[in-house]
Amino acid sequence: MSIRVQMPADSSEATRADGDAVVMKAVSMASMPRTRLAARDRRQVLRRLQLSDRGFHVITQLAAAAVLVILGGVILSLVLGSLPAIREFGFSFLTSQSWNPVTDKFGALPAIYGTVITSVLAMIIAIPVGIGIAIFLTELCPPSLRRPIGIAIELLAGIPSIIYGIWGLFILAPFLQQFVEPALIAMFGPIPVLSRLFAGPPYGIGIFTASFILAIMVLPFITAISRDVFETVPPVLKEAAFGIGCTTWEVVRKVVIPYTRLGVIGGIMLGLGRALGETMAVTFVIGNAHKISGSLLAPGTTISATIANEFTEAVGDVYTSALIELGLILFVITFIVLAVSRLMLMRVQRRAGAS
Amino acid sequence: MNKTILRAALVVAAAASASVAVRAADTSGAGATFPYPIYAKWADAYKKETGNGLNYQSIGSGGGIKQIKARTVVFGATDAPLKPEELQKDELVQWPMVMGGIVPVINLDGVSPGDLALDGATLAKIFMGTVKTWDDAAIKALNPNAKLPSSAIAVVHRSDGSGTTFNFTNYLAKVSPDWKSNVGENTAVEWPVGIGAKGNEGVANNVANTKGSIGYVEYAYAKQNKLTYTKMKNHDGKVVSPTSPAFQAAAANADWTNAPGFYQILTDQPGAESWPITAATFILMPKQPKDPAAAKEALKFFDWAFTKGGKMAEELDYISMPENVVSLIKKEWADDIHDATGKPLM
Repeated sequence: MSIRVQMPADSSEATRADGDAVVMKAVSMASMPRTRLAARDRRQVLRRLQLSDRGFHVITQLAAAAVLVILGGVILSLVLGSLPAIREFGFSFLTSQSWNPVTDKFGALPAIYGTVITSVLAMIIAIPVGIGIAIFLTELCPPSLRRPIGIAIELLAGIPSIIYGIWGLFILAPFLQQFVEPALIAMFGPIPVLSRLFAGPPYGIGIFTASFILAIMVLPFITAISRDVFETVPPVLKEAAFGIGCTTWEVVRKVVIPYTRLGVIGGIMLGLGRALGETMAVTFVIGNAHKISGSLLAPGTTISATIANEFTEAVGDVYTSALIELGLILFVITFIVLAVSRLMLMRVQRRAGAS
Repeated sequence: MNKTILRAALVVAAAASASVAVRAADTSGAGATFPYPIYAKWADAYKKETGNGLNYQSIGSGGGIKQIKARTVVFGATDAPLKPEELQKDELVQWPMVMGGIVPVINLDGVSPGDLALDGATLAKIFMGTVKTWDDAAIKALNPNAKLPSSAIAVVHRSDGSGTTFNFTNYLAKVSPDWKSNVGENTAVEWPVGIGAKGNEGVANNVANTKGSIGYVEYAYAKQNKLTYTKMKNHDGKVVSPTSPAFQAAAANADWTNAPGFYQILTDQPGAESWPITAATFILMPKQPKDPAAAKEALKFFDWAFTKGGKMAEELDYISMPENVVSLIKKEWADDIHDATGKPLM
């Protein structure tokens, strides 16, 4: 998985390679006798080049069109597949909490709630940690440690999600159940609002565990991209700041982060996209209960976990269709997140341009 | 030198084309995941013995039913049997192929496998959330001598749709009117309480890790994970342990002759020895197959599995069908599966 942002160093290398090619072409042209390059030949060659260029143009255009066709096909099949459920439940599908395969009554609210809450919690945990690692790597880390930590982060991104799921179920969940969750319950018990957030028996699996696993999974995205954009900050700016007596914290807060805001937000959105759609790891540790519960320690479910769990043995049109409609809803949520991130990026860009 | 290479290439090519030819003749089936291990093992042994292969895709009962209705496979497999009317409508024949037992498993300090006994009504109350603690009067009444803690019961159920859940909820619906009207029976239900775990292994693991929990798994998983199973009070009011003879007794005592299309769910069967939550898994085939030769191959395979597959099934903790049921099944094959001219295939 490559999640590196292109560096200025790469582009200078590319220019050099181009330069070499031009020199070589010039040499081969010179070795040809000038007289044999009649005007007609030249026109022919030009036409051939033009033709091949047009061919290239068409091929790339087709490739671009294929993306649109695939996307259109996905939307179309999702909408067609969910029509029976839409006809049966209408808008109440989005507001109903019941999920009953026996009576064929389905509502998506618990799954939507679970999807959003686990992703948001995961981001709350992962953003500070991810950006912290990136700052340490670029600003404070001794050079000998930089590579090992960087490689470790990238390896984290390469672990398949099923492995996270199994690790979560067999190792993380029992650990949380025995040590972390009882401590949380005891600690927040006397505090009014928080006591409700951390109530109930410590199962070890539930919304909190799922969010924790998701945070680990999105961490490499946020870290790797933040690190790469932090490295693009011109040393002159940082040195100037240090020169007038800024502390490292002040340099990071006043120079590095403002300079790289765009890239960091991009990395966060990429992580959020992964968290929303993550299936296997969540399925293992979320508890898969179609319920909305006030407590973070209680079991819940997400859209993708529900689909993965129930699709194979779903018998009957309405049941299958309800699951497909869940997929459609996830598609819409992801679309909204992407659109919002675009809007945010555009606003940040405009503000940066104005100042 | 060149000649040897050429010859080697030819041999490889011939072998490849031969294996393609064999694969093309493989009998294809699709459906339930629960019997997949035993079908795969049988297919392997059958291929060694006869050279005929079987390609079984464990895509789930729902998918198996869809595919056999569309006639894209030679046979379908399902954990929940189709009703006789549905078989009639789609011109399908159905029979039970192999069985398994479903056992309640618990995790309680100081309680060993088989120490605790439960009955259907209490089990239903636990999974409804009305019996909340281990020292509830209903559990105490069944186990006057056991030391039961006052800790809460943590219910673990399946999160994925499954034949295990179908049979388990079918049993609870049979023994508890409350369960029948409030929850019902299906491959997945709206569980009143508890956490969902994926697959038998997920439930087994959650029960093993959570003190005070109760779940239900296939017998094989309880045995392999050394979980604390409970005894059950059966239809005749006798307390039985989950063992192969108890599962077989349930199948032998079931009234198959009056069950058209073998529509018989083996839960809560009569008989002093019968384990109350026994489950069969079913095969579906068209009455008049599109490809009679392939269908005949499939029937030969099933015939072989009934005659010679018993020991292999036992090794994997499945239970083979009792003799009296097998002869009924063979009679149904002869009566109901025909080629285009009306001649029986077997």
